[in-house]
Formats: sequence, structure tokens, C-alpha cells
Amino acid sequence: MDDAAIIEEPIEPAEAPAPPRRIAYRHRLPTRLWHWINALTVFVMLMSGLMIFNAHPHLYWGQFGANFDRPWLSFHERPMPGWATIPSTYNLAAARRWHLAFAWLLVIGLVLFLLVSLWNRHVQRDLAPTGEEVRPRHIWHDIREHARLRFPAGDAALRYNILQKLSYVAVIFVLLPLMFLTGLAISPAMDAAWPWLLDIFAGRQSARSIHFICAMALLAFILVHLVMVVLAGPINEIRSMITGRFRVPPERMSA
Amino acid sequence: MIGRRRFIAGASSGLLLGGCDRLTNSPRFRAVLRSAEGLNEGAQRLVSARTALAREYGEADMSPIFRSNGTSHPGTPEYARHLAENFANWRLAVDGLVARPLSIPLASLKSIPHRVQITRHDCVEGWSAIGKWHGLELSRILDAAGLSTRAKYIVFHCADRFGDKPYYESIDLVDAFHPQTIVAWGMNGHLLPVANGAPLRLRVERQLGYKHAKYVQRIAAVESLAGIYGGKGGYWEDNADYEWYAGI
Repeated sequence: MDDAAIIEEPIEPAEAPAPPRRIAYRHRLPTRLWHWINALTVFVMLMSGLMIFNAHPHLYWGQFGANFDRPWLSFHERPMPGWATIPSTYNLAAARRWHLAFAWLLVIGLVLFLLVSLWNRHVQRDLAPTGEEVRPRHIWHDIREHARLRFPAGDAALRYNILQKLSYVAVIFVLLPLMFLTGLAISPAMDAAWPWLLDIFAGRQSARSIHFICAMALLAFILVHLVMVVLAGPINEIRSMITGRFRVPPERMSA
Repeated sequence: MIGRRRFIAGASSGLLLGGCDRLTNSPRFRAVLRSAEGLNEGAQRLVSARTALAREYGEADMSPIFRSNGTSHPGTPEYARHLAENFANWRLAVDGLVARPLSIPLASLKSIPHRVQITRHDCVEGWSAIGKWHGLELSRILDAAGLSTRAKYIVFHCADRFGDKPYYESIDLVDAFHPQTIVAWGMNGHLLPVANGAPLRLRVERQLGYKHAKYVQRIAAVESLAGIYGGKGGYWEDNADYEWYAGI
């Protein structure tokens, strides 16, 4: 993989030698495909979901919840602006058509990605944190490095750091499955077919609240993700998610 | 001539903001989205037993106030007359593809032993309310009328109207013969209030609220929904593009 020539340093360098340009294969095809399918699907789900939320912008805990009951979150009128919703003007029926169709893409994509990534050991090799990484000292170190905008370079840039691993694991194994299951629990026919859905979430309105909270957590993940892409070098990062090839940032000269 | 600024503004809003709206308005794209309705229905029916029951709750779980939705009073002179008579002359017609068309007086309907169920009403808007319903299983009414083997849907014709359009709804035979599908005349231990569909309303517990037709006057068994009003099987289906299958 590292086929760059080793440059021998001159005895008296006039200036620091340019580091060798190193291109590495970082993202495999299933990861890249799933990423871009999600980039589309998650946005459609979020925006059509916000329109559905506009229809009754109140959230409750428990089995029931309507206008005479006490919500834990409540807005006036239709709170979500047109630029954030699909469609851009109030239309519950159309938003539901979008939401309940694209849900299939999201779920099928997640299931296929998980199957392929367990089979090709992407999960075990790249996503699973190691014992060393989850030690508080290591996590704290990574948080401090991120806060200083000092991102991993050299070989370290080819692996997910622990903050990335924890975020991706949270999204793939917690948030997306929760979105799916709480979405099912909002469906009256699914509650009849699988009554345990009501038990694990303690009611349809609780499930609807968790559905919304997880959606907001996904949105927060996406915003941080986009900021990190910009800070880490957007062209290199986006190219690596399209072609798989990533220009490895050279090691810093001084530790 | 279009100015550059206007062109850029128009193009960006057209591409970025209006793109999804344009897709929403495109008949071909809508057809793709609409195909998911059949997929959802098929998938839900696949993982669901035909008679899988909606959860029945206890008295303690009931909503303190059960809100109404849609029509709160049909407001027609005919309905006002029935209301003034305390629905003494209200009859439920059962016709269409049946061997014995019926016209059941409300009083007879209420005199038969009935079913009581405390269930959750889920509105398409997202809210839920839990109430107690008293009524007769639809399957018993259909059996009494002798349903034809050609019948595929049961259509509910209602006394309320939206503008000049009468409300109606329809379900298939899986839901029509489901044990919790009842023609309810009572709610929370009393006769149905006007806002909740007096004197008769449908309960079809595995689907969303708009399927639960209120002020039911006539039940018709049909082979196809085409030709009935807008042909999509219900007032909201015809006029707002809500899904006919409302299990999700």
C-alpha cells in the first residue's frame, strides 16, 4: 500500500523535505454505497418527519396523549419552517408518502450494510473499540486533541479514532435500530402484530417521543459529522467517500 | 429578460428547495411513492396474524378526556331531526353484495349482546386517546346479511359531509371480520356523543382514526371501490391522498 519512495535526507537540508504523497484505500465499496444512500435517505426521512411532526407538534410519555393531556414538549401552530420540511408547505399526506416509502431504503440499507460488514469483518476490525481505546485516559486524550483541531495523521488517520468509533457504533447499533423499532411501534397494525413493541417502549406515545429524540440525535450527529469533514479537509474526505482513496495527512514533524 | 440575481435565486430555490416539491407534484414520482403503500400493507399482513388483536387496556389507562376529530356535528337538517328524536328512527342499512339486504333499527342493534373493548385511537396526526367502546361485531351483521363471495370491500356511508362531499370509508374483509371490528353505539359507558359519531360509528382497531367512520347510516358490500365517489375508498383518500391502508 505504501509504495512511496523513501527519500534520503540530504546531509545539510536547505529546507525541510516535502513529505511523500501517500494515497491509501480507506473506504470499501459497501461502506461508500451505504453512506451515499443514507445521505439521501436520512435527509428525506428527517425532513418529511418534521412535516409529520407539524401535524401535531406535541410529545407525550405513555400509552396515550392528545390535546387535553400534558405534553413534555409542545409548540404552537406548525413550528417547522418550510425549508426544513418535505414538502415545503403543509401537507401531511404527502409527507407520509415520502416517509413511509423511504423508510424501506433506510432499513434495507442498514440490514444489508450490517450483514456485509459483519461478513467482511468491517465491524469487528474497524468499528469495534479495543480495550485500550475505551480507557478513560485514552478517550480524554482524543477529546483534547479534537478540541485543539489536531486530527490524526499518518497511519493513525487510516483508522477510526475512538470518538469516531463510538459515534458510528452509536448511530449504527443504537440510533438507527431505535428509529426503526419506535417507527414500527407508532403503527397501530404493528402494535397488534407485535404487542411487545408497546411493552419495550412503554406505550405508543413514548415510542413517538423516542422516535423524535433519536431523530434529533441523528441530526446532531450529521451536523458534527459535516463540521469534522470540513475541518479535516473536505475535498480529500469527500473524494475518499466517493472513490475510496484517501490522501494520508503526513505525520507532524514535532510530536 | 431575467436578471442574474433573480435567475440565481430562482434556480437555487428551484433546485434545492423546490426539488422535493416538484417531485411531490410529479405524477410519476407520486406513483413510485404510492407503491410503498402496497408494500407496507403486504409486509404488515405478512408478519401479522389475521386476527391479531389490538391491545385492550384497563379502565385505569383511559384518557381523562377523549378528544374528537373531523366532523364534530354533521349539521344537516336530516341529522338535526334524528338528534331531536334521540335517534329513535335511525336505521342501519346493509346492502350491496349480500343475500338479504337489511335495515336494522338502532334499538334492535343495541338490544343484542354486544362487545366492550378499551382500545387506543391513533390519529394520522400523531396523537392517541384511549376509550371504551360498546358495539356489535361487524362480522355478525355481515353474517346476518349473507355476504356474497364476490364481495371484497365493505363501504361505510356516513351522515356527515365536508362541503358538498359526504364522508365515507372502506375496509377489506380481513379487517371487516376481525373480532375487534365493531359498529359502536356507546363510548366510555354512555351512548356515543355527537362529536364522537352518534349514533353509530365504526371501530377498526388496527388502523388510523380516519378509517373509523362516524355517523354510519349504510354499510354496502362491494367488489371494487372504483366508481364510488373519487374511487379511492374514502373521503380523505379521495381528497387529500391519505393512504387507503392506514395500518401505519
